[in-house]
Amino acid sequence: MSIRHSLLALLQDEPRYGYQLRGEFEERTGSTWPLNIGQVYTTLDRLERDALVEKDGDDGEGHVIYSITAAGRAEVTGWFAAPVAATNPPRNELAIKLALALTLDGVDVAAVIQAQRSASMRLLQDYTRQRRAAGSAAREISGAQGPGGANDAAWLLVLDSLIFSTEAEVRWLDHCEGWMAQRAAAARKGVRPAASSQRTLTVPSVGTVVSQ
Amino acid sequence: MSSEVLQLEGVSRTYGEGATAVAALRNVNLTIHAGEFVAVMGPSGSGKSSLLTLAGGLDKATAGEVFVEGTPLGGLSINELARLRRRAVGYVFQDFNLVPSLTAAENVALPRELDGIPARKARRQAKDALRLVGIEDLADRFMDQMSGGQQQRVAIARAIVGQRRLILADEPTGALDSATGDGILEVLRGRAEAGAAVVLVTHEARHAGWADRVVFLKDGRIVDEAASQHDPSVLLTGLGR
Repeated sequence: MSIRHSLLALLQDEPRYGYQLRGEFEERTGSTWPLNIGQVYTTLDRLERDALVEKDGDDGEGHVIYSITAAGRAEVTGWFAAPVAATNPPRNELAIKLALALTLDGVDVAAVIQAQRSASMRLLQDYTRQRRAAGSAAREISGAQGPGGANDAAWLLVLDSLIFSTEAEVRWLDHCEGWMAQRAAAARKGVRPAASSQRTLTVPSVGTVVSQ
Repeated sequence: MSSEVLQLEGVSRTYGEGATAVAALRNVNLTIHAGEFVAVMGPSGSGKSSLLTLAGGLDKATAGEVFVEGTPLGGLSINELARLRRRAVGYVFQDFNLVPSLTAAENVALPRELDGIPARKARRQAKDALRLVGIEDLADRFMDQMSGGQQQRVAIARAIVGQRRLILADEPTGALDSATGDGILEVLRGRAEAGAAVVLVTHEARHAGWADRVVFLKDGRIVDEAASQHDPSVLLTGLGR
């Protein structure tokens, strides 16, 4: 997650001090990725060092206000324009665990898959319930203009993202289970599964690692 | 928890005999209460649809017993079973099963009229059900004048008409886009909150996420269940996993 670019984007909106930035970030993303204030100030120091922000006096209560520079604005524009790079698949503990479970003797892979599927389903149920609650809250204030409505919409998008990625995880588990069942059936019939020739990950897709 | 609407006690269903016999369900025990929304998941051939047809009295168990609101279905005559289905059980089929020569309202009113309810009253109940699924204004349309999503809503209205207590839905969001599918799930969720027991068969995890409880079937057996913990801190822990 780019805290650096997120804070910069918020400063493009208007000059703010550290606690305000943290509050704005968490409100717009539903407190999903909590920031600690030390992280915020360290990031602001680096942004200042790189001439992307500058100190802009204080608010009269001792809070140092930061504002964005022209170079900072260019950086934000570039960030929004560039796709999020997935050059390295993020380390996925579940994919690693399943890869090891599949290749080590004495591990009940089906049980590993089912335990994870139950846990992921519970998570999905919780996200879905929060999505419904957030959705009806948003409907109640729909028509209301202003930053409050936009922040609610942002929170709905974040929740949808969590729902869809959890769904993807369950689908992937279903896929692993089906694939294992096919291999077991083929083994019973004495058919050798096709030899895999390529084990190097060339496409940034975690699912590919295990299925090859 | 309130009263039990659906109970499966040691239910098995075997198709065929001898060496070619196929066990679709094996000794399944499941209780679903009023106000509860349960999703049934599992791979193809795991017994999901068999479970639903047995629960709806469309098929008979080879062993064990199915109870709907305490009534054992095994002892009912064909006519008694049909009456119970019309009054208490709403069934949403994957392919809608609507009558093309009837309007939306007539399709929804049909089971009520077959049950001897006067046409005018049945029609009023049909309008109520169509309003609940958000297409009251399409009541006089024929099926070929409606989109797939609208037809599916008619099918759901027919399943919930007359305040049925048990709603069984087999992949009801099948061919629908994600937003329309969510609308259907919202309706099913609403019926559960109004006190019905709802059983949703689905292979889509995101749809099962709407349920209070998810039952996993494999090779005809219930292998696991997932019930939401209602944990408000889930979002803080969900990503650190």
